[in-house]
Amino acid sequence: MNRYFHSVTLETEKCKGCTNCIKRCPVEAIRVRDGKAMIVQERCIDCGECIRECPNHAKVAVTDTLDKLSEYKYRIALPAPSFFGQFKEQVNIEDVLGAFKGIGFDEVFEVALAAEIVGYIVHEFLKDYKGKRPIFSSACPAVVRLMQIKYPDLLEQMAPFLTPMEVAARIAKEQASRRTGIPYEEIGAFFISPCPAKVTEMRNPMTTKHSAVNGVIGINLIYKDIIRHLGDRSANGGPEKLQRATKFGMAWGYVTGESRNIDAGTTLAVGGIHNVISLLEEIERGELKDVDFVEVQACTGGCVGGPLNIQNLFVGRIRLRDLIKRFGTKEPYFTEAELQDIYLQNRFAATEPVEPRAIMTLDEDVSRAIMKMERLDQITSELPGLDCGACGSPSCRALAEDIIRGIAFETDCVIKLREKVKILAKEILDLSRIVPTSMSGSSKEGDPGQGH
Amino acid sequence: MVDSLAYTPQITLEFEIGEKDFFVAGECASRVKKTLQQLGLKQDVIKRIAIIIYEAAMNVAIHATSGRLVVHVEPDAITIRTEDVGAGIEDIDLAMKEGYSTASYEIREMGFGAGMGLSNIKQCSDDLNIESRVGVGTTLNARVFFSDERRHEGA
Repeated sequence: MNRYFHSVTLETEKCKGCTNCIKRCPVEAIRVRDGKAMIVQERCIDCGECIRECPNHAKVAVTDTLDKLSEYKYRIALPAPSFFGQFKEQVNIEDVLGAFKGIGFDEVFEVALAAEIVGYIVHEFLKDYKGKRPIFSSACPAVVRLMQIKYPDLLEQMAPFLTPMEVAARIAKEQASRRTGIPYEEIGAFFISPCPAKVTEMRNPMTTKHSAVNGVIGINLIYKDIIRHLGDRSANGGPEKLQRATKFGMAWGYVTGESRNIDAGTTLAVGGIHNVISLLEEIERGELKDVDFVEVQACTGGCVGGPLNIQNLFVGRIRLRDLIKRFGTKEPYFTEAELQDIYLQNRFAATEPVEPRAIMTLDEDVSRAIMKMERLDQITSELPGLDCGACGSPSCRALAEDIIRGIAFETDCVIKLREKVKILAKEILDLSRIVPTSMSGSSKEGDPGQGH
Repeated sequence: MVDSLAYTPQITLEFEIGEKDFFVAGECASRVKKTLQQLGLKQDVIKRIAIIIYEAAMNVAIHATSGRLVVHVEPDAITIRTEDVGAGIEDIDLAMKEGYSTASYEIREMGFGAGMGLSNIKQCSDDLNIESRVGVGTTLNARVFFSDERRHEGA
């Protein structure tokens, strides 16, 4: 698999080369070159901030489509909790779950159910945990990727467990295999996703070697099909109740839901990548050691704010809460004993360490890196400091870095260019005043001192 | 490595630390950390340096009336220096002891001044030198070498 696979991509023909996205990208991963935005592959964390920001809709998330279902004998839909916030208030959750059966799935397994498991595991883990605090949630892959490149120190404080998506795929496939006798490999699990980071996470998982998820389908792609099949429940669903998650799992769809479910000492919940960054800065400086658990989500409002959702995030949130109130199962699907068993077996522990990715480094050799940094400081101090973005780099400092890396020039700066033109204009004027000696007789007193 | 006859590339970062300015220590540590990450230093070395900077700056903020932190990065080592005007240290050996603290009750109330600063600094540095005059001020010089070989030579 391509090391730098990304779900977030650019539709070049739609890009007008404006600078909205470069200014908003939290990891400065976008440049505008030759009139088009360009994503720096090794930096992108798939947070989707640029998808939201682009006025021309040139940034898109590539996800799988329903075509992929045909590759598997038995197909399970894994809708994210936030998915249920996308429907009108009178919609019945059973109809939504039932509709999946109308569009080619054999089964639906709510990711919220797996979230309840993860919530339990983290809760138990924190009881005995004596190390550095706070512990961070590992549920949002965009945040984990952000930490890899910008806050490598904090990686050791990440809850060492799989994400609800991953846990859902494993349990759903195992159960289905046992029930139907179909081999595990022939069962496909498809995450119904509010976000591009989950697509990337499935292709290049961070906490496990191979993802058990077989496809990630964007909510935006599947929404219309679901709406069309909302009435199919009786035909496809059968009499059994499909909704099994309680409010604790379902609330993972919006920010604070996860930390409430984990319910350990002092918890803190933050949504929005820029808010996450300021919080991580604070924790990196040694603050908040008295907090036990931090829920960190790249999207404002949590997953209901995901860029692939249909509804405005506030609407999505209120709809989801309403749905939880009306339909959330009261009795948990997994018993306390089952959960305790899962915890003790350590079945959903992360098996791969999340390694730092030192992509901000200026040079592999420290001496040369120091020299580059000296030059970097020098160039930055000479740039106007407007951070206007007209050069195609997000800030003056970033332009200086690009110059050092050899992918930009000082004259890319419009202000610098203007200065240079001014100097040139003056020189041209000066030159125009020089009269050849053979002709200088008549205009001697005209312009003394010029032309040296 | 660059030709030794030529100039040595180096970077100096300076920070002013005010009396009871407890936030500046964290800021210094995180700013230096960012720089060192860009220079490609190993994570564990960066961590040790950040601890020294945080604790040293904190000491200045707690005990001095004014001071500054100067961080000097060279290709093979970093020097962290704090100079302050303030109370000074009466008995440096005693001050180095874990848990020994002269911080006021108010400062301890705020969660600082547990008496771990200097011993932490000592543990993290390869070379440490403290000079102090009571009632005048303190100068601290800590060095950390980037490669393990230099570390052992220096120690």
